[in-house]
Amino acid sequence: MSLFKIFEVAGSAMSAQTLRLNTTASNLANAETVAGSPEQAYKARQPVFAAALKAQQGLQQTVPVQIKGIIESQAPNTPLYMPNHPEADADGYVYRSNVNPVEELVNMISASRSYQNNVEVMNTSKELLLQTLRLGS
Amino acid sequence: MSLNLDKTFALPAAALQLRAQRTKLLAENLANADTPNYKARDIDFKSAMRQALGQQQPLRTTRPLHLQPPGHEPLNPKVLFRQPYAAALDGNSVESHVEQAAFAENAVSYQATLTFLGARIQGLMGALRGD
Repeated sequence: MSLFKIFEVAGSAMSAQTLRLNTTASNLANAETVAGSPEQAYKARQPVFAAALKAQQGLQQTVPVQIKGIIESQAPNTPLYMPNHPEADADGYVYRSNVNPVEELVNMISASRSYQNNVEVMNTSKELLLQTLRLGS
Repeated sequence: MSLNLDKTFALPAAALQLRAQRTKLLAENLANADTPNYKARDIDFKSAMRQALGQQQPLRTTRPLHLQPPGHEPLNPKVLFRQPYAAALDGNSVESHVEQAAFAENAVSYQATLTFLGARIQGLMGALRGD
């Protein structure tokens, strides 16, 4: 019954979106952190999604979402001139995280909408399954 | 009067199976709405239904010893890729609103088929009980 497989598919998408929300949360939490060098400064993290093709034939195959990994943003860390900061380097600079709060907020909204979408899909499938079970009574 | 249960339930049964398969495909599309390079897939319900009903036509027998194939072939509709209105730059062709609309339409049609099938069962039960 293909309706049963929807739970696996929608569930995988929900865990993927949860991870996306998690990285967004850690990015936003660390948006204002500074460090003594660009290497030590916080880099924004993003999950990478991929479609996980199950090795089965035709319609029997399911395509859940797979999390390939988490990448760190390569954007430059902005130096701030703060000579009195305890973390400041020899020239008096500290390096801010490269998190773009606007980007992160948009990401957050997109992730939460996608999550809601999958919850709806799961709910509808559950309803359909239950109605099928009640058939003929 | 001859009552063929197989024939009575063939149409809604095939429709339900196809609807369930389509629900799964659309759920996969929605699940992969943020997956780069994922292509949205769907089945053409009308032609799949026509194909499914065509399968259930009995084979022509020219001799009394000719046999009919046992049971029905499993439904295997052709899966097609959806043509996006505006494809995303990351190669993803899922458009959430299109998929949501298709999913809702499909769920309602599934429920409608269930209702028809339920009514048919109720009718048969009524005839059997004779009350």
